[in-house]
Amino acid sequence: MNVQETYSALGLSDSEYDRVLELLGRAPNFLELSLFSVMWSEHCGYKNSRPLLKRFPNDGPRVLQGPGENAGIVEVGDGWALAFKVESHNHPSAVEPYEGAATGVGGIIRDILAMGARPVALLDSLRFGPLGEERNRYLFREVVRGIGGYGNAVGVPTVGGEVEFSGAYSGNPLVNAMCVGLIRTEDLMRSRATGEGNLVVLLGSKTGRDGIHGATFASDELTEESESKRSNVQVGDPFAEKMLIECCLKLLEEDLLVSLQDLGAAGITSSASEMAASGGVGIDIQVDRIPRRERGMEPFEAMISESQERMLAVIAPDDEAKVLALAERYGIGGTVVGRVAEHGDLRVIENGEIVGSVPAEHLADAPVYEHEVVRPAYLDEIAAFDLESLPEPDDYNEVLLKMLAHPNLRSRRSIYRQYDHEVGTNTVIRPGADAAVMRIKGTNRGFAMTTDGRGRHCYLDPRGGGEATVAEAYRNLSCVGAEPVALTNCLNFGNPEKQDGYYQLAECIQGMAEACEAFGVPVVSGNVSLYNETVRGPIYPTPVVGMVGVLEDVTRHATPAFEREGDMVVIISQTPPLARELPLVKGDRLSGSGYLEVIHGQVRGLPSTANLAEEKRCGDLVRDMIRSRLIDTAHDISEGGDAVALAEMALAGGIGFDFRGEVDVREALRGVRADAFLFGEMGGRYLIAFPEDRWDDVQGALEGFAYDWLGNTGGRRFKIGGLIDLGLEDLKSAHEQDLFGLPGDVIGGAEAVG
Amino acid sequence: MKIGVTIFPGSNCDRDALHAVELMGAEPVELWHADADLKDSDAVIVPGGFSYGDYLRPGAIARFAAVMGPLEEFARDGGPIIGVCNGFQVLCEAHLLPGALLQNTHMRFACDRVRVRVETTDTPWTSGCNVGEELTLPIAHNEGNYFADAETLARLEDEDRVVLRYLENPNGSANDIAGVCSEGRNVVGVMPHPERVSDPVLGSDEGMRILRSVLAGARV
Repeated sequence: MNVQETYSALGLSDSEYDRVLELLGRAPNFLELSLFSVMWSEHCGYKNSRPLLKRFPNDGPRVLQGPGENAGIVEVGDGWALAFKVESHNHPSAVEPYEGAATGVGGIIRDILAMGARPVALLDSLRFGPLGEERNRYLFREVVRGIGGYGNAVGVPTVGGEVEFSGAYSGNPLVNAMCVGLIRTEDLMRSRATGEGNLVVLLGSKTGRDGIHGATFASDELTEESESKRSNVQVGDPFAEKMLIECCLKLLEEDLLVSLQDLGAAGITSSASEMAASGGVGIDIQVDRIPRRERGMEPFEAMISESQERMLAVIAPDDEAKVLALAERYGIGGTVVGRVAEHGDLRVIENGEIVGSVPAEHLADAPVYEHEVVRPAYLDEIAAFDLESLPEPDDYNEVLLKMLAHPNLRSRRSIYRQYDHEVGTNTVIRPGADAAVMRIKGTNRGFAMTTDGRGRHCYLDPRGGGEATVAEAYRNLSCVGAEPVALTNCLNFGNPEKQDGYYQLAECIQGMAEACEAFGVPVVSGNVSLYNETVRGPIYPTPVVGMVGVLEDVTRHATPAFEREGDMVVIISQTPPLARELPLVKGDRLSGSGYLEVIHGQVRGLPSTANLAEEKRCGDLVRDMIRSRLIDTAHDISEGGDAVALAEMALAGGIGFDFRGEVDVREALRGVRADAFLFGEMGGRYLIAFPEDRWDDVQGALEGFAYDWLGNTGGRRFKIGGLIDLGLEDLKSAHEQDLFGLPGDVIGGAEAVG
Repeated sequence: MKIGVTIFPGSNCDRDALHAVELMGAEPVELWHADADLKDSDAVIVPGGFSYGDYLRPGAIARFAAVMGPLEEFARDGGPIIGVCNGFQVLCEAHLLPGALLQNTHMRFACDRVRVRVETTDTPWTSGCNVGEELTLPIAHNEGNYFADAETLARLEDEDRVVLRYLENPNGSANDIAGVCSEGRNVVGVMPHPERVSDPVLGSDEGMRILRSVLAGARV
């Protein structure tokens, strides 16, 4: 292989190789070239996304750590803080779904651990192709098994997440894992290496050849050859991770660590060079001291191996014996593999000889590419939508059942039942609500978490979709009574070197940034996953937001479930009231809606955009009503519109609903299509329920807002005057079908639909 | 009263159990797997989790841990022991309880709330309950399918040693068994997690009906 073939095979371009030559002032050897290749991959170096990411606001009164560390940190109160981050494991999961998902969970847990926090909650955002395809069913089943297999064993509850199915993800599933950790504010750990002569200790499992060039793999499109890269996928051991967690937390508690860093993408290379670069020091790694799992490994293999369940710690020389003894107590490896040096290089030493030496700051300084933002032609084509061209259904009972049975709207119970969501005994609101809520032992406080993505919306309107993604998360937290404080994101996109891909990336980021500004919710950590393309084309642009919120009194929360018979159900809306002025219901609410996709098989039209100021005002109102104990039932209206949201609330509480008694909705609609009324989607809308004797107080709180009474809870039927009349059991058997198609199930009620 | 909680490598409900002991008003004691010492515990909880990564079989390796020696002695002496989930599996592997826990018949991990009925109050861990009392308790397991041969099952039933029974069987357990006790009645194993419903802020403290039972009959 000549030089050009070598660097091309490692994923470096001609200009990048020239830059390496320029920075080093000489030709790199293969080991050094490998270091640059992994550190300058998109996954580690953010070379296509860095300038765009600057648009996100990063500051806020609660922010203790913004982007640039292993995870962001926000203050909760009473001396507690939350560390959190979401990260993708899309490419490994496409090739080896069980291990890909499992190690995605393991990796994000270590990011949180590296901040010194105890990991206390996991969430997962998933995307797959339609379940009608065998391969997609396999990927879905194994990814869920992998998440459970790892998370359950490691003892961190999986408390939330979301999943969607669309042809855009066939062959390129998305697996984004989020972890949240709890930490005392005085215990914050950083990854900055300091103190010349301090020791670098490798903790955890032995190093093998698994995951070599995984970061480069993650920064390329998936092709037929990807299957042959199976060896790139790492294998997880949750037992080893559990011991690593307990050992690291003990080391922190005993104050034995100068700094701590997880080993993720690009292994020791990435961790050591980042620790050195941020500390402004150098690190010598004695590569021959790294405990190996396999014989005959080259130095470069040991340096970039992505073997799981490992951490790198910097410690004072005097603490060596204590640190190694604790590692032994927890049954994990602990080996001094290097030392902090003054020279500023990441230096690889084998048997006393320097086999590679690169200034750490150069590894951390990946080139930056800015592309032209050109509006794709497809956007105009798919924006055209004429509701009148679609036949109006005549049986809305059937339509609602089909909606509720569709894999995108069906109950997620068959998924989260496979995840231990209660270990740790902190879970106050379990999966199935708008957001998960956990308590902080020893305080009255709690925190809430949600992950949200709106791929279809981002595809149809990248900027509006970006806004809507953040708005969805804001609503979900508001619905449980939490004050949203910060977010992390995982930007899943196609190839940024293609015009359409870059436009989607730039515009979604712009929309998200605007929503973050409007809501006052900063971005404190994140991850990009680009090149999500297969021969079938790119995925939907799918930024996933993981937002966290704070509850000052965790007992003051709400869920979507109807709690009592006879409660009044009221809609809060950012537009003129729905029922009072029914003719205002316009067909354009169905543009880009779930109804259009599920019932009519169309993904088109411009979804209605949120008014961000109104979104915030409504969210803040709902939260205040929950805090003042005026309401304990709240749910936002999202995919599937009012009818689906109401049905979800009835099912969650096991109590029926009757829409304004005897009103004949069809007549009241005065010619407006009933499907737009039932299934129309737009942001900033909530449903709340409360006992009738609170109506005066509720009206007082709602002054200045658009709202209307929709009906009352009660009985065992779900009725929307003249349009829908179904028993709760009918709704339940549609909605709660197993998503994994066990014998006896109707696989994806959707397949039967047009 | 001191209540010990064993900690094996891979236990992950140990901290939850210790917290529940505090809520019970007893003194929690950590029992590290490598130390053959129960530290004067008056009762012992063997908590859930994945001891030794569930390698080989759930509970199979934990039974050889150093702490198991004094625990077996404690059991023989009539000391109250409860194994929860993986702890139940450990106690079966150690032959302190009869039977075994196989993979759930539906082959999937199951995390849920289930209804169980208290079948006997003649154990230190159910003495504060009523026979026939129904509790809603969390489960979270992949191997919770209780199995024993017909003869053993008949004995368990005859000797009133089925402690908890599922109202809706979530895992295929023989005779809907959710928990059993030893011949001496002092060792109890249950698949549901009482410690997970020990605090009203989590929506229920029904698990305290079980855990607090041991306080009444404390050997001091």
